[in-house]
Amino acid sequence: MRTMKLFGALAALLLVVACESTPEDMGGASGAGAVAPQPTTEIIVEESVTYPPGSKEELTALYGDRVFFATDRSDLQGDARATLEGWAQWMRQYPSVTLTIEGHCDERGTREYNLALGERRASSAKNYLVALGINPNRVAIISYGKERPAVLGSNEFAWAQNRRGVAEVN
Amino acid sequence: MAIRRATATILGGLALALLVFGQPARAELRVPITEGQLEPLPIAIMNFATSESGELANLGVKIAEIVREDLERSGLFKPVDERAFIETSVAFDNNPRFGDWRLINAQALVVGRVDAQPNGEISVQFRLWDVFAEEHMTAKKFNGVPDAWRRMAHKVADTIYHRITGEEGYFDTRIVYIAESGPADRREKRLAIMDQDGANHRFLTDGADLVLTPRFSPTAQEITYLSYLDRKRPRVYLYNIDTGQQEVLGDFDGMTFAPRFAPSGNRVVMSLASGGNTEIYTMDLRTRRVTRLTNHPAIDTHPSYSPDASQVVFESDRGGAQQLYVMNGDGSDVRRISFGDGRYATPVWSPRGDLIAFTKLHQGRFFIGVMKPDGSGERLLTSDFLVEGPTWAPNGRVLMFYRQTPSDKQGGGGKTRLYSIDLTGYNEREIRTPVDGSDPAWSPLLLQ
Repeated sequence: MRTMKLFGALAALLLVVACESTPEDMGGASGAGAVAPQPTTEIIVEESVTYPPGSKEELTALYGDRVFFATDRSDLQGDARATLEGWAQWMRQYPSVTLTIEGHCDERGTREYNLALGERRASSAKNYLVALGINPNRVAIISYGKERPAVLGSNEFAWAQNRRGVAEVN
Repeated sequence: MAIRRATATILGGLALALLVFGQPARAELRVPITEGQLEPLPIAIMNFATSESGELANLGVKIAEIVREDLERSGLFKPVDERAFIETSVAFDNNPRFGDWRLINAQALVVGRVDAQPNGEISVQFRLWDVFAEEHMTAKKFNGVPDAWRRMAHKVADTIYHRITGEEGYFDTRIVYIAESGPADRREKRLAIMDQDGANHRFLTDGADLVLTPRFSPTAQEITYLSYLDRKRPRVYLYNIDTGQQEVLGDFDGMTFAPRFAPSGNRVVMSLASGGNTEIYTMDLRTRRVTRLTNHPAIDTHPSYSPDASQVVFESDRGGAQQLYVMNGDGSDVRRISFGDGRYATPVWSPRGDLIAFTKLHQGRFFIGVMKPDGSGERLLTSDFLVEGPTWAPNGRVLMFYRQTPSDKQGGGGKTRLYSIDLTGYNEREIRTPVDGSDPAWSPLLLQ
C-alpha cells in the first residue's frame, strides 16, 4: 500500500472519529465530511492497516462510503460532491469495479414517497459520478426508502445520518 | 382519540324518528351512523340454539360470541350481558317476550340457531327483533361447510349492521398487512393475512425478502405488493392467495412500487422510478400493455382510482412538496386538490366515492384525514408521532391505518400497530396482531 493512500485512509478514520465525538455537528443537513481534518503528529501509524485493493473497506477508509442529504432534498452539497469526487477517482483507479448506490431516507416521511425520494437521491449521486466521467453502466442504484436506517432513534441526529446515499462495491 | 362525545342518545334518535315518521308503532330502530359518536345501541344476542351434539353443539355459542364482538367493535352496538337475560330461551319461530327484554333495556334482540344438513353442511339462521316496537326486523339463513362457521357468523353480523344502520357491513372481510419483527435497521417484514377480527392469521411470505404496501384485488383473491425479491431492484408483484404463487408485474428499467388494483381488477396502477423521476403507469393484466399516466419531472406516486375508474388521485411534489392531485383515468386534466398547511400523502379513494383519505404531515406530526374529491371539507381524524397509510373498509365508514411509536438510540420503541377508526373520528381501536404490523389493506366484502 502506498504511503499517500495510507495517509488518506488514516485521515478518513480521523474524520470519522472526529465526527462521532461531535454529534451536534451532524444534526444539520451538512452531514459528515464538511471539514478536512488537520494532520497531527501524535498519531501512531500502524503498519498492519491495509485493505484489499478495490474493496468497499478501502473506499470507506479513503473517502467514506456515504453522502448525506437535507430533509426532503436530493441535491448534493459541497461535502457530498467532494466525497463523490473521491469515489470517481477511486473508480478510475479500479476500472473493473462497479458500485451500487443505495438511496435512503429518514423515518419522517410516508413510505411510498420515501421510496421515490431514495431513488432520487441515489440517482443524484450517480449522475454526479457520470458527470465526472464514470461510465453509467458501472453504477447501479437501489432505493430503500425509510426501510433501512443506519442509526436507530427518533431524533435529529439519527434522521440526518439516515438521509444518505451509500456506496456498495459489487 | 379515546374521547367520546355524548350527543344524541338512541332514545333521542328514536324520538327524532317518531317525529319524522309520525307513526310511533312503526318507528324504525335505526342508528344514524353519520352523526358522530352516539351511545351504542344495546342489543341482546342470545346464544344460537342447536339440537346437535358433539362439535356442532358449541358452535351456537361461538357464533353468537363472534356476532357480539363484531358489533361491539363497530362502536355502534353494546351487547347486553347475557347474565342479565330474563328470558333465557326463545323458540326460533316464536315471538320473544318483549317485556322481558325491555326490562333489561335491550333495544334489539337476536335469536338464532345452528342445524346440521343432510349433505354435511350446516345452516346458520337468525331473527332480528325490534324490542320496543315489538317488530320482526329481518331473518336470514346461511348454509355452508362447518369450517365456514366464522364467516357465517360475520355474515350474520353484517346483516344486522346493515338492517339497523342502513349501511353495508364490513365484518366478512380480511386484512392483508406487513408483519414486522426485529430491530429497525434490519427489520424483517412478511406479508400476512387475517380475518378482519384477527382470526385465521397466517404469514404468506417467510421474511427473506423485504415486502411492502400490499393491496387486495376486487375479488380479494389476489394481492399486489412491493418485494425486494432476491435483493434485486424492488418490483411490483402479484400474489395469488389460493395458489401461493408470486409473479413479477412487467419488466421495467427501474423500480416499480405503490401498486393498486383498478376497480375492475383488470389493471394495476403503480409508480415507476427511473433516473430520479417517478411517474404513474397502469398495466393491463391481460395484455400486459403499459400506459403512462403522468409526465412530470416530479415524484408522482400512490395512485388510487375512483370507484368508477374515471379518475385517479395521487400525490406529487410538483408544487414543491407533497400534495394531492386528481387526474382523469387517461392522465388528462391534472388538478391539485389539497391546499392546507403541511404535506399531503397516501391518498385513497373511498369505495363510496365521496371522500379521499390521506396522511398529512405538519409541524413534525402525522395525521390521518379525509377530504372530498374536490379538496373541500377536510377533516383530520387522528394524529400522532407517526400515523400513516389509511385503508377503507368496504362500506366507506371505517378506516384502518398504522401507528409507529418513536424509537430510542438503543433500538427500543419503534413499535408498529394497526388501528381502525370511524370516519367520524371516534371509536379508535387497535387491531391485535401476533407481531408488529404496518401497511394494512382492507379487503372488499368477501364473495360467496
